[in-house]
Amino acid sequence: MQKKRKLVNYAKWGYIFILPFFASFLIFSLIPLVDTIRYSFYEYFRSGIKEIGPNFIGMANYASLIESDMLKYAGNTLILWLIGFIPQIVIALTLASWFVDVRMKIRCQQFFKVVIYLPNLIMASAFAMLFFTLFSKSGPVNSILMSLGVISEVIDFMRTALGVRSLVGTMNFLMWFGNTTIMLMAAIMGISPDIFEASEIDGCNSMQRFFRITLPLIRPILAYTLITSIIGGLQMFDVPQILTNGQGNPDRTSMTLIMFLNSHLRSKNYGMAGALSVYLFIVSGILCFIVYKITNDNDPDGSKAAAKAKKKRGGR
Amino acid sequence: MKKKLLSVLLTTAVLAGTLAGCGNSNSGGSSDGGTSTDAPAADAPTADAPAAEGGDAAAASSDEGKVINIYSFNDELRTRITAVYPAIENTSDDGTVSTLNDGTEIHWIINPNQDGVYQDKLDEALMNQADAAADDKVDLFAAELDYIVKYTDADVDVAMPLSDLGINPDSDLADQFAFTKTVASDANGVQRASTWQACPGVLVYRRDIAKDVFGTDDPAEIGKKTADWATMKTTAEELKAKGYYAFSSYADTFRTYGNNIAGPWVEAGSSTIKVDQKILDWVTDSKDWMDAGYFDPTVTGQWTSDWFTAMSSSSKVFAYLFPAWGIDTQMVPNWDGAEGSWAVTNAPLPYNWGGTYLVAATGTDNPGHVKDIIMALTGNQDNLTKVAKEYTEFTNAQSVMEAAASNDEFNSAFLGSQNPYGYFADSLSSIKMAPLSSYDQGCVELIQNAFGDYLQGQIDYDTAKSNFETAIIERYPEITEIQWP
Repeated sequence: MQKKRKLVNYAKWGYIFILPFFASFLIFSLIPLVDTIRYSFYEYFRSGIKEIGPNFIGMANYASLIESDMLKYAGNTLILWLIGFIPQIVIALTLASWFVDVRMKIRCQQFFKVVIYLPNLIMASAFAMLFFTLFSKSGPVNSILMSLGVISEVIDFMRTALGVRSLVGTMNFLMWFGNTTIMLMAAIMGISPDIFEASEIDGCNSMQRFFRITLPLIRPILAYTLITSIIGGLQMFDVPQILTNGQGNPDRTSMTLIMFLNSHLRSKNYGMAGALSVYLFIVSGILCFIVYKITNDNDPDGSKAAAKAKKKRGGR
Repeated sequence: MKKKLLSVLLTTAVLAGTLAGCGNSNSGGSSDGGTSTDAPAADAPTADAPAAEGGDAAAASSDEGKVINIYSFNDELRTRITAVYPAIENTSDDGTVSTLNDGTEIHWIINPNQDGVYQDKLDEALMNQADAAADDKVDLFAAELDYIVKYTDADVDVAMPLSDLGINPDSDLADQFAFTKTVASDANGVQRASTWQACPGVLVYRRDIAKDVFGTDDPAEIGKKTADWATMKTTAEELKAKGYYAFSSYADTFRTYGNNIAGPWVEAGSSTIKVDQKILDWVTDSKDWMDAGYFDPTVTGQWTSDWFTAMSSSSKVFAYLFPAWGIDTQMVPNWDGAEGSWAVTNAPLPYNWGGTYLVAATGTDNPGHVKDIIMALTGNQDNLTKVAKEYTEFTNAQSVMEAAASNDEFNSAFLGSQNPYGYFADSLSSIKMAPLSSYDQGCVELIQNAFGDYLQGQIDYDTAKSNFETAIIERYPEITEIQWP
């Protein structure tokens, strides 16, 4: 009896300890979240400094978003994300397996790890400003290429869809491949060396070792990378925003979903922005669910099927 | 041991939870952002206490607040006020706080115009004006001509009528140019803002290029070559033959068209944007000029680094279209050659561009000081003379400007000792003020952006039109229709 009461006491302390989290979550996350959803059914914006609304208009915001170019911006976002993500995951996987490979004996590992992580420490907006200056028409990249004789006329990177998109992709790649490398290295180092040794004794070559042992065994971390990258990609904003001055030039081909949302917030259009956020929420929910399903697919005999799936995903 | 482990775990959870809560608050799409302004409210009573004893000074009454908050979009206003307002004793090194001789502090709150940041911050502050503590209230703010209508609207009532401050526009500001008073008035004709500058545009050209191409740099001679757009085109051809560009880009010529439109972008009370024929003329003419190679191809817009670079000595750009403020704030800092290399002459088409207006915010707790500042900068002829001499501004005082045109003291070293005021005055006399609306800024910015893609050959004409429609409705959700001429 006495014992039981003591247990109850401890439980009470537990709740008290987790209370701050739930309180702050409620105030700073849940209420704004609910408000966002609520306002998405209202007409609510500012004209000059006059406030219009909130007037309930049902699903009108959602309908007009579908009619607008939202899907085009979703496509832009996807393209921009892929341009950055494919080289990112390929390079990160390669580097990670090289760095942890005892036989390669890479010197100055720590130094390289720091260097590849460095771009991530620069603020994205500063990085975008830097690229903007580097690749402007009278910028250093153009003048170097000109004086080397590679090009005869300046390239206006900012005025072609290909130029802007590849710049955004390159920046995202540069900023994130170091981070991914280090995470994947941790995952690979978590694999027991016994397995690698055994495979070598069995005559496994390095390709087989990578695709049959390393990849299947780091599956959870890979899934995590994929999910965070998808969500990060959906929320891509600062780099293209700064690079194109918020306009998504040229011809709105580098306008991402969040830039679209931001341009609604210019007029404090909480209704439309709310509806767009709800769409984004649903899409990221679905994407996460798919990835979760794929990676938790219990494969009864283990590696083979998983390795195949992994291979596919790695090459996507 | 287990208990200890549990408590450590829980503590970590608490800390992590608190931090996570902080992090999430930023990502909420619709969070207000209004919280930050509330914080200093608690200080207000203590700040008020020394006010009673500290009132040793001049003009303003001692029952006023101790902090004057002035919102502005760049340094210009601060330097002008500091130059002419005698009560300012010193300014902190970072330029954020000035102290007056009666102990009152001016807090300069400067946010850049770009991307609407300035107006966002100002709007936020004005909407909280009623609830803000006395020392946090906006007292005075700057507004540009492009969006002044938004603030002088009588229904919105964020701008105090000047008469409520004790300024009689008819007598106290009698020397101001009439059109500056008209645009600063609401629909009922009540003047709610005042400016120290009138902004007739002129053509500013490089003397060395003029000598090279035309054999003379005399403003009168060059003026004949830039008299109207047809003549200007022949001139551009001559410049091109010698490897020079007439202007840096199509964005430079926009204001001569855009600020001469016949009707407002949006009629009062309407939700239809009417694109003026003049704007489309700008598009066709610019395309012509672009294809003919009269613009510097590296420059794709104003306020970009390429644009600023084109103002330097290495550039091949012959001329810029600017009012007086452009010469002082844009050309002087970007010019790296010998002083006196530029000169001013008449623009192909007279126009007015911009102007910074001083607006007293409704609810200010420093009406006395605000009145003094507005009067010192915009209604005092000695000060306006001083500003004109020091910064080559075309100031808002008819008598001073008339005298300046024939007074050598107003010659500008940057312009090779030329006296530009004659050209400013000529331009001003033929200006028909373009009718304003509160949508001007967005329209001007977005139409240039949409058709910029077209002029650069990225998209066709109709796509540019529809891109403008998309962008403008995003910016102003209440717009229902866009009419093209």
